[in-house]
Amino acid sequence: MPQSVETHEPRDPLLIAEEWMKDGKDVAVATVVETWGSAPRPVGSHLVIDSEGLFEGSVSGGCVEGAVIAEAAEVIADGKPRMLEFGVADETAWRVGLSCGGRIKVYVERLG
Amino acid sequence: MDPYSLKKLNQCRRERRAAILLTDLGDGRDRVVVEGDAVAGTLGEAIAAAFRSGKSGTVEVEGRSFFLNVHLPPPRLVMVGAVHISQALAPMAKIAGFDLHIIDPRTAFASPERFPDIRLDAEWPEDVLKKAPLDAYCAIAALTHDPKIDDPALKAALEAECFYVGALGSRKTHASRVERLAAAGVPMPAIKRIRAPIGLPIGAASPAEIAVAVLAEIIEALRLRGLQDRKGEAA
Repeated sequence: MPQSVETHEPRDPLLIAEEWMKDGKDVAVATVVETWGSAPRPVGSHLVIDSEGLFEGSVSGGCVEGAVIAEAAEVIADGKPRMLEFGVADETAWRVGLSCGGRIKVYVERLG
Repeated sequence: MDPYSLKKLNQCRRERRAAILLTDLGDGRDRVVVEGDAVAGTLGEAIAAAFRSGKSGTVEVEGRSFFLNVHLPPPRLVMVGAVHISQALAPMAKIAGFDLHIIDPRTAFASPERFPDIRLDAEWPEDVLKKAPLDAYCAIAALTHDPKIDDPALKAALEAECFYVGALGSRKTHASRVERLAAAGVPMPAIKRIRAPIGLPIGAASPAEIAVAVLAEIIEALRLRGLQDRKGEAA
């Protein structure tokens, strides 16, 4: 409540995204839009990424951030939003997935 | 995301105003809906429900998929009175996720030893509330039994449209309070919003039990905002 905006987050991703925007940076915003099972971050959580790969916030406990950041570069380049899905369906999930056993859907879009 | 939406959303959050970022997942367009903005139809109903529950999520409306990201100010419980009930209520409310603020001009009561790790102001409510104004996402519990301390805080809470305004005291005590507030110019419909005797009627006996009753009543007021009329119809 979740924001200084009073939030329980020490570094608020949406405030940081606005700062980056003012600095003239290209920014992508990733948002958890759906979760199943035990997902580490609730629906509505944000990860914000700039064109150099600098990021703030999180969409998981650190398991899929790398993949989201890579996708964010594409989103910044072509401006088309993407819906990404991560889970633990198979062995590879341990490499780019959620070790907690949950599944999440992450929407990645460009700011502006 | 539209840069204008981000700016507007952050502005609302800074001002402790409830807002929803509404994104059409089909075309990626978004806008900010501030609580109180009129939105028609099924989408409007979903938005109203999301403001009440505080839960973000996806809704399907006429074949279109919308994501509602709900940003509610964190609810804050302001306790007027650093009393025995507050010592029980503060930790309980903290566990339930409330920001806490205790105001009591009596320094013997409002001591950090009695209330460790809690925002505590040993000043008069009217002075404190000028610096830390109340809003619609604040609950206030007036617990001192002293009209000089409780009344100005209650008046401020009603003016700020706090989602919960409760006051400790028997029915008789409350009847005198109603007379004083009316004489001080508080409109009667506002006075009627005061929950008194404070807390859900669970027969609470000890300070800790009263704290449970008060916290339950506060949560009910928070989660059923705007549903009271419908409840009345059903009854």
